[in-house]
Amino acid sequence: MEQLIVKTMADYMAEGKEPEILFWVGSAGSYDDRAKKITRAFVKLLNKAQVEFAVLGTEESCTGDVAKRAGNEFLFQMQAMMNIELLNGYEVKRIVTACPHSYNTLKNEYPALGGQYQVQHHTEFIEELMHNGRLKIESSSTLNGKRITFHDPCYLGRANEVYEAPRNLLTALGVDLVEMKRHKQTALCCGAGGAQMFKEPEKGDKDINVLRTEDALETQPSIIATGCPYCNTMMTDGVKAKEKEDSIQVLDVAELIANAENL
Amino acid sequence: MNYIPNILFAVALALGIGYFVKNVKKLVRNIKLGQDVDVSDHKDQRWQNMIRIALGQGKMVRRPVAGILHIIVYVGFIIINIEVLEIILDGLTGKHRLFSFMGGFYGFLIGSFEILAFLVFVSVVIFWIRRNIMKLQRFWKPEMTSWPKNDANFILYFEMVLMTLFLVMNATDIHFQEMHSGNVISQFIAPLFSGASEGTLHVIERSAWWLHILGILVFLNYLYFSKHLHILLAFPNTYFGKVKPKGAFNNVEAVTAEVKMMMDPDADPYAMPEEGADEEVPAKFGASDVQDLSWVQLLNAYTCTECGRCTSECPANLTGKKLSPRKIMMDTRDRLEEVGKNIDANNGEFKDDGKQLLGDYISHEEIWACTTCNACVEACPVSIDPLSIILEMRRYLVMEQSAAPMELNNMMSNIENNGAPWPYNQMDRLNWVDEN
Repeated sequence: MEQLIVKTMADYMAEGKEPEILFWVGSAGSYDDRAKKITRAFVKLLNKAQVEFAVLGTEESCTGDVAKRAGNEFLFQMQAMMNIELLNGYEVKRIVTACPHSYNTLKNEYPALGGQYQVQHHTEFIEELMHNGRLKIESSSTLNGKRITFHDPCYLGRANEVYEAPRNLLTALGVDLVEMKRHKQTALCCGAGGAQMFKEPEKGDKDINVLRTEDALETQPSIIATGCPYCNTMMTDGVKAKEKEDSIQVLDVAELIANAENL
Repeated sequence: MNYIPNILFAVALALGIGYFVKNVKKLVRNIKLGQDVDVSDHKDQRWQNMIRIALGQGKMVRRPVAGILHIIVYVGFIIINIEVLEIILDGLTGKHRLFSFMGGFYGFLIGSFEILAFLVFVSVVIFWIRRNIMKLQRFWKPEMTSWPKNDANFILYFEMVLMTLFLVMNATDIHFQEMHSGNVISQFIAPLFSGASEGTLHVIERSAWWLHILGILVFLNYLYFSKHLHILLAFPNTYFGKVKPKGAFNNVEAVTAEVKMMMDPDADPYAMPEEGADEEVPAKFGASDVQDLSWVQLLNAYTCTECGRCTSECPANLTGKKLSPRKIMMDTRDRLEEVGKNIDANNGEFKDDGKQLLGDYISHEEIWACTTCNACVEACPVSIDPLSIILEMRRYLVMEQSAAPMELNNMMSNIENNGAPWPYNQMDRLNWVDEN
């Protein structure tokens, strides 16, 4: 196994240096077995591009997104203020995260509580690396011409109107990007947002992730790409429910790039 | 001279406008029952939103068929109202076609009105077919029975009748037909009356004229009781709508004050509150009834025209759950009306009726089915935010009632204990570096 180069904010501080960016890993990216693979894939790209990044490590704590959306504003603000104190203490200016929920909360909800940062989704940051020539992304032999559909995470797309960055990266990989009937502004949720990830759904006639997977299957993809650890779990479960796990993979955009680069 | 028609007209006009003004005052009073909220920011953005979304119908055309038909009816409504100005002046002064001194230009104007009236009639008929024959799914959801269903059809009938009266009025106006200018559509209706005497034609023309203007006054007063109120409220509603990114949920300032105190090591928990400090503490966190919502959210409820674009894109609704964002808005308006009537009946004071929006109108099941995906907010053609109401109710349930579903309570205790929604040790946060 290749060793990842990961330094914490505390390491940088001890060296008297400042990282370019803080990589906010998020709870899913830190603990969820599937999401950890996305975290590692993104770090491989950061290492390859020689980005001086830091993580908070054991000092990081849940952004509070899910608590806020569940209605627990107290818990959200407690988490937010603790994190802001930590981030401001380290004089963090730029944050990149692979989780659209963390992205949205850090970008839109921390400023009112004293946390002002430049926040980017990992696909936006990778696109920037590509444009600056720090990371070369080119048509890959394994992905070239493969039918791939991109599922827009609600908190990246509708919530923050980031639609193009992930698509631009997929196009750069030379894949055959096919859109679902509902995409971008009208994309259907995977069913995990608003704290649904942590509870059983209310009574209905279908699970949301299955309906969304059906949207994806209509495009006859070989890969469903996402940009969110929750969406990834939901779509993976949806593909299993449709018994298509042998023919269709669910992968994060960062994983696709890392795989194409044989990282 | 016989002034009776003029007097009757003036009385009808005064009654029609008077009753409307009375209801508008009630409407404003009801909206002001909501909590104050600062909307003085982003003025340029707000004007732009109003011009693009309400005036320019920018979001209507996302569904091209309904959008284009709606634009025809909207443009027709605004332009034909120039003719209503002439009708009102004619009625008050006892003149006939006061503006006809403009000659050829008058013919051009009336000709345009006739074409628009015809197009509006056709569009409204198509709307009716979509609703009643094709039975588009979003018009047949459980909340669209009884009054909401009838209301929608009444509006269409009203418009069909008004447009017909306008065209018949022109078709039976002998002088107007003889001008051969502007009778673009009505010339084809005139032959239907060819057998009638001049006297009969005059009676028909006068009847159509009177029914048309009285119909307009009745329709004006129908607005307050109908989803059709959107024709007025869409404008303020798009102005006051959300200007932040859709993902930004509002910060509860009252909570911020308390959390800051909890986290301040120097805070004295036994300190006497500063004078006047009590007033800043809200009666409750979140919302269980309409008075707890902001006035913008209440304006949202009155603006909703029950088109159901929100519900037809809601992932919960699409998978058979009870939640329907449109119903959230309709329930909010119904409850607000009930509260308003209660206030009217009790000399301006609300008397507790043992009911509230949450529980009596909107169930917990609906509130917890939301994924906060913002599809409803994105879909709304007039900037209504049903999600913000759902969030306020969750806040009430969690912070006032501790009534979250059990799994969510587990998730929240995990965050409290180890800073993650799952029961993992915070010291293991960096383990992914060495795993594969």
